[in-house]
Amino acid sequence: MNINWELVWSSLGPLLTGAITGTIPLALASFGLGLLLALVVALMRLSRNRVVSAVARIYISVIRGTPLLVQLFVIFYGLPSVGITISPWPSAIIAFSLNVGGYAAEVIRAAILSVPKGQWEAGHTIGMSRHQTLVRIILPQAARVSVPPLSNTFISLVKDTSLASLILVTELFRVAQQVAAFSQEFMLLYLEAAVIYWIICLVLASGQSALEKRLDRYVAH
Amino acid sequence: MSPTEPLPTEPPPSELPPTGVPPAELPPSGVPPAELPPTGVPGPDAAVPDAALLTVRGLRKAFGQHEVLKSIDLEVRRGEVVTLIGPSGSGKTTVLRCLNGLEVPDAGVAEFAGQLTVDFSTPVAKKQVLALRDRSAMVFQHYNLFPHKTVLENVIEGPVQVQKRPKAEAIQEARELLARVGLAGKENSYPFELSGGQQQRVGIVRALALRPQLLLFDEPTSALDPELVGEVLAVIKELADEGWTMVVVTHELAFARQVADEVIFMDGGVVVERGHPDTVLRDPREERTRQFVDRLLNPF
Repeated sequence: MNINWELVWSSLGPLLTGAITGTIPLALASFGLGLLLALVVALMRLSRNRVVSAVARIYISVIRGTPLLVQLFVIFYGLPSVGITISPWPSAIIAFSLNVGGYAAEVIRAAILSVPKGQWEAGHTIGMSRHQTLVRIILPQAARVSVPPLSNTFISLVKDTSLASLILVTELFRVAQQVAAFSQEFMLLYLEAAVIYWIICLVLASGQSALEKRLDRYVAH
Repeated sequence: MSPTEPLPTEPPPSELPPTGVPPAELPPSGVPPAELPPTGVPGPDAAVPDAALLTVRGLRKAFGQHEVLKSIDLEVRRGEVVTLIGPSGSGKTTVLRCLNGLEVPDAGVAEFAGQLTVDFSTPVAKKQVLALRDRSAMVFQHYNLFPHKTVLENVIEGPVQVQKRPKAEAIQEARELLARVGLAGKENSYPFELSGGQQQRVGIVRALALRPQLLLFDEPTSALDPELVGEVLAVIKELADEGWTMVVVTHELAFARQVADEVIFMDGGVVVERGHPDTVLRDPREERTRQFVDRLLNPF
């Protein structure tokens, strides 16, 4: 197989632009919103109120029990038939945030539960309310515990954003498809896209270890 | 055992090598409890030594079917040290946890120096439990320091975040208290960098910084390596000598004998025997107390 190096170079610009203006902001925005949602859902799931807890449980079950692609299509192609039309970018962000919200909620819930009960009691004994103890004592410790699993969620999300190409969001994979269709060099373009995804994930993984090191003191030794 | 015979356990804390703070070298109480503005209302009778600070009547607590406390009465006078001893599962820790509002008893009345009365047999308002908690501070068996905060942050967390005292003042007081227990220079360490004995001394300072009327110690040395027990007991003894009022759950009989004004022996959720340490620990009236004390003194 002859490698068309000229095409590799000439397509690199558009592909990187797709990554920088599509994949990365899509992943960052969805992860940020998804984490906020996940924190709320995790706390709802831990609530003593059974209705609140049940709502959270059903949400998590639906998100984890249906394909991300289906969720994406319901929002972009399905909702217009009930009169709600959302353009590609917001649709993608909504779908990915909801998805992260479901998965990360379970991670955060488990991390909160992993903090020893004695930490709650220590907070109470110095006079803190449940809320104060949660925010100042429990969540910082839970955060450290959740770094590895949440990094997994983020790395998965970066790759999953390629699905947004199917609802017309111009990101890395959609650019690769367009160049491939035009040049008929499918193997080359898709491998090139794969390498760029891989490099992004490598950077994220090294960021994860740096963060873990920095937060090391949060773990009870 | 005759009353003159010394208890053949480890030497009393004051004779231990001063790994931590030798009591003799401690400056006279920088913050004696009587001078402290208590978190609640400063009782006008604060100086009266015999006034009851805390009176508990008929304390009951069950976990499911298991009755842990079957009507416990307790009276702690100002400046008094009460130690609770007894086999594990006897309910002594639960008594402390009830006093600190970490457990809500099923029945019983707690009265704090005429300022606060909580009747647990009525639906207890959250506020009442919080008010009860405000008056005491707990030192835990496993220290329960906040691992993500430095020593200093651990100590000022309550004064600054809960009691809303000025941060500079809280830091100043925390530094003094830490210095008094031999932890000067450790302010910026994290708990995992400290030995068990040092961590527990931070735990004690964290409780002191709240300026409570009552200190509660839940087996403060049980999680420590034997050679670190002395430094922690020395600090507690020093606080007792300064006049802090405290309830101590402990297995250290030599400590109880030296420091306690009253020893309460509990078993099976009831108080079996109570009285002066010389009586309860050396010449108990009850057979169960005698067996327990003998077993602790002669484990083999």
